[in-house]
Formats: sequence, C-alpha cells, structure tokens
Amino acid sequence: MAIVRPITQTSARPRESRKLFKRVRRHWQLYVLLLLPIIYLLVFHYWPMYGVQIAFRNYNPIKGFLGSPWVGLDHFERFFNTYDFVRTLRNTLVLSVYSLVAGFPFPILLALGLHYTARKWFKNSVQMVAYAPYFISVVVMSGMILQFLAPNTGFINHFRNLFGLPDLNFMARPELFPHIYVWSGIWQTVGFACVIYVAALSGVDTTLHEAAIIDGASKVQRMWHIDLPEIMPLAILLLVLSLGGILSSGFEKILLLQNPLNLRTSEVIDTYVYRVGLVSAIPNFSYATAIGLFKSVVGLVLVIVANQVASRFGRSSNVY
Amino acid sequence: MVRSVVRDTVGDRIFMAFNYLVLTLLLVVILYPLLYVLGASFSSGQAIASGRFWLWPVDATLAGYEAIFKNRMVLVGFYNSLFYTLVGTLINVVMTILAAYPLSRPELPGRRIIAFAFFFTLLFSGGLIPTYLVVRDLDMLSTRWAMILPTALSVWNVFIARTFFENTIPKELREAAELDGCDDFNFLGRIVLPLSGSLLAVLALFYAVGHWNSYFNALVYLYDQSLWPLQLVLRDILVQNQVDPGMLVDAREMAAKAQLREILKYSLIVVATVPLLIVYPFVQKHFVKGVMLGSVKG
Repeated sequence: MAIVRPITQTSARPRESRKLFKRVRRHWQLYVLLLLPIIYLLVFHYWPMYGVQIAFRNYNPIKGFLGSPWVGLDHFERFFNTYDFVRTLRNTLVLSVYSLVAGFPFPILLALGLHYTARKWFKNSVQMVAYAPYFISVVVMSGMILQFLAPNTGFINHFRNLFGLPDLNFMARPELFPHIYVWSGIWQTVGFACVIYVAALSGVDTTLHEAAIIDGASKVQRMWHIDLPEIMPLAILLLVLSLGGILSSGFEKILLLQNPLNLRTSEVIDTYVYRVGLVSAIPNFSYATAIGLFKSVVGLVLVIVANQVASRFGRSSNVY
Repeated sequence: MVRSVVRDTVGDRIFMAFNYLVLTLLLVVILYPLLYVLGASFSSGQAIASGRFWLWPVDATLAGYEAIFKNRMVLVGFYNSLFYTLVGTLINVVMTILAAYPLSRPELPGRRIIAFAFFFTLLFSGGLIPTYLVVRDLDMLSTRWAMILPTALSVWNVFIARTFFENTIPKELREAAELDGCDDFNFLGRIVLPLSGSLLAVLALFYAVGHWNSYFNALVYLYDQSLWPLQLVLRDILVQNQVDPGMLVDAREMAAKAQLREILKYSLIVVATVPLLIVYPFVQKHFVKGVMLGSVKG
C-alpha cells in the first residue's frame, strides 16, 4: 500500500509548485467540504475582529467600521481613568480567583471518594446525581438561587429560622455576592469536573497498589502516597490552563444575579461592556468595544502565558 | 481499583465508612435542592411561604402547572426553543463534520494554516459589540437566523471531532477505499460517518444542551417577543419577577396571588428542565465519553 501513497511532508517551495498544485487538485473535494465552515469563520469571527478597530474611532452607524473618525486611544484613557475600571477589574478577579481556588479541591476529593467505593451501584448513582446539575441552564440556576435565598419564602431562610436566626436578604448584601456566586457554581459543576479525575484514577498503574498492599499500606496511605501524586500533575495543569480565562468567567450567570443593591461587588468587565454598549439609553459602541478589546488582549496574553507554563509540566493538550 | 484479598483492617474499615458517609452527604446536598423544586411545584404556596414544606408536597395541587399553561409566552417559548435546538443542532453537527474531517487529513495542503485560523478564534475574539454590529449589518436582528447562524459552529468541538477522526479512522482504510475508486465525498459519507456514531451522539448532545439552555444571544439579538426562546421567557418570570397577571386569574385575593406567583416559578423550572431530564439517562454514557474526547491527553 505504501507505494501508492502520495508524498506527505513536502513543503511548498516554488520549484515544487506544480507538485503542490497537483496535490491541491487531488484533494479539491476536501476544500469544498471546508468551504462553508471557512465562510462562517470569516463572517462571524474575523469580520468582528476587523470591526474591533471602532475601539480607536468614534463609531458612527451611517459611516460604518472604516468611515468613522479616528480618535486613537481616547476610549482606553477614559476607561482607565474612571472609578469603574478599578471596580470592575477587582470584581472580575475576585470572582474568578475565588471560584478557581475554592472549586479546586472538590472534584479531586469526589473522584477519590468514588474511586474507593466498593459498591458499583452506589458509585453509579452518586455519579449520575452529581452530573445532573451541570445540565441545568443558567437562567434556571439563577432562578433557583433567587427562590432559595428569598426572604420569607426561601428554604435557606427557613433553615436559619430553625436555628433561631432572623431572615437575611441575601441578594441585597453586596458582601455575600461572591460566596453565592462561587458556591452555587461549585454545586453545579463539581460532578462534571470530577469526570476527568475519575478517568485519571482508573489509569493509575495497578502494580503500585499491589506492591503497597503487600507492604501493608492502608487505604488512606495508598490514597495519599499513590493516587494523589499520580493525579496532581493533571490537577495543576487544569488549574494553570483555567488561569488563562480568568478575565471572562461566568458572565451570563453574574448578569442574571445582579441587582442594583449588589452591583458594588457584582459588576464585572463583561457585564459593564454589556451595560455600556447595549442597555444604556445612549449606547456607546466604541467605548464598550475598547473595554472589550482591553479584556481580550489581556486574556490573550494570559492564555499564552498559561500554556507556556503548562507545557513546562511536560504535558500538552490536544489542540496545541 | 485494586482490592486486597486480605481482610480490611480496622483503619481501612473506618476509612470506608467515612468515605460512604461523605459521599452520602454529598448526594443529599446535590439532590435536596432538585427534589425541593420538584416537591414545591406540587405544593400549596401557603405551605411554602410559611415554611411547612420541606420535601414532600404539602396540600398537593396542580395550580402552578395550570397557571403556567395559561401563559401563551411559555408555550410559544417552548416551541421556539424546540425549533432553535433542532435546527441549530442539525446545522452545528453538519458544519462541525465538514470542518473537522478535512482537518484530520494530514496530507491536505495548507492544513496547518487553516487549522490555525480556526484555533485563533479560541484565543481572541472581536467581542460583544463588534459581533453585534456584524449581525445587525447582516440584517439578522430579530430574526430566527440570529439564533442559529452566529453559533453555527463551535471551534472547540471541531478540534474534538478532528482528534476523534485522527484516532479512529485508520489511513489504511482510506487507502484501500481509494484504490477501489472511492473519492473523498463518498469516503466521508459511506465509511467515516457510519463509523462515527459515538462522536455524532456526543456532538449532538453538547450542541443541543447548549441551544436549549442559552439565553444571552436571544437577549441581545431578539426584540420581538414572539421569537423568544423559553429561557428568555423564564428570565422574565424567574429573575425579573415579571409575572403576567393573566396567569394569576385563578387566585382571588392578593395574598393568594402572591403565593401562586411563587409556586408557578417552581412549576416552570420543572417544565423547562424536563426535556433534558428525559434524555439525560440515555446520553449520560456518551456525555462522559465526550468529556474525555475533549480533555487533556495524558
């Protein structure tokens, strides 16, 4: 079969251009398949990227992306000089870092716990239940949070009453917002996040455990000295990679849980862009785009740095 | 996991008991809010408000369900969501395969450049406003297209599918087919796709759940309420607390109206989540596989 195979790894040097042309023609059907996806990419991803230049212009709907007057870095300067800049950046970082740190140990603990259950039906039912919240939509999730935390009618306040505590209007207290956001998120995603660790644990070399059993290691010792060190590189890798997205997490949920009373801690960069650009009575497309661009650029740098760090661990993910 | 043939020591048995205890606790913590919603949707509003209801319906009633089906918006939203999910998912899966299969062929000239053009969109995007302006310039605002075309493809899923093709379709298979005179179109349609059942299931699942659960694009792109998906109707009622008075006609007094308003929210959550719960047990197996397909290689 190898005889009829085309040469695969030739580069497209000029003198080989006829060869390249032949190879392109030979695979014309593959390009036809790619046609629609590439048109999609150009229209809905690269066209907006081209349109991002309105961050440096005063966008005028009639004149469009190119015709609007150039103003340079004015919008960026304006944003960096407002109080909103510090506030939204701080809130964004607080919410993402808190989610990452608080959410880090739970999937690992759950996976270890599941790994050590001897009864299969029990393991399966815990898994089945733990995955389920992942499929709940953000709107329903936010609705549930609001219902459960409601003063007078919510069950969290009923529990508080059982212990003699007065009702608390959770959503009106800015200092509680990060906790509500983060812990409801952990509740919803812990099962989903543990899937990958369960798989990693089942891949741990069994001879390690056999040797440890012969040497008289207890289950706790095996967990601590074998399983945990085996999955730690994966855990660190996932943590580092998620640092790349630190400026853009949970926007849709935050937007739903926001209200004028908790805005002090709940306004993040993305919700601010939405408010300034689309909700406001006088929408300022250029200013909002500039803020979004600031976020995208910082995000891009973070993702690249995170991947560099991650590759130091000697592992790489599929795409890169 | 490895199990020793020797009987568990006392320490191990304590550990196992502790483990079961913690997992059971977790089971309760995850399950309780879900069952609470289900129970509350059948309970009387008065019992919920006074804190008499904990899990099992008190003074069972279907008033909440009757109230939501009085609202035309809920029904229209349900229909719209079904439409966006079915049509959107179909387009998503087709587009993903169209993009992923050629990119999985190592000998395709220009493959690296094209793959990078896809990959770059994961790193950087124009952002909310420029994308909105593009959709507006295409005259898609407040049309059904706005719910389907801007999300016609998820680049992340393209890479999942590409990895799947690279790992499951041996090149000897294609060479054999090629010798027999099979071109790329036929190879994809007659050989690759029939071998990719689990991939198609995973893609369809992820896309369909995404469509059914999304609200933000609708919030930004759709002004016309008759086009709203269910999630946006839910947002009005659950989050903005805007309950259409027509839903509350059954309750006479103000207090009764307020209570009905509460339980119909629980009923609504149940109705909105039921379609997912029905498919969930069937797709759970594929779902785990999908997570692994898209995950980090060890």
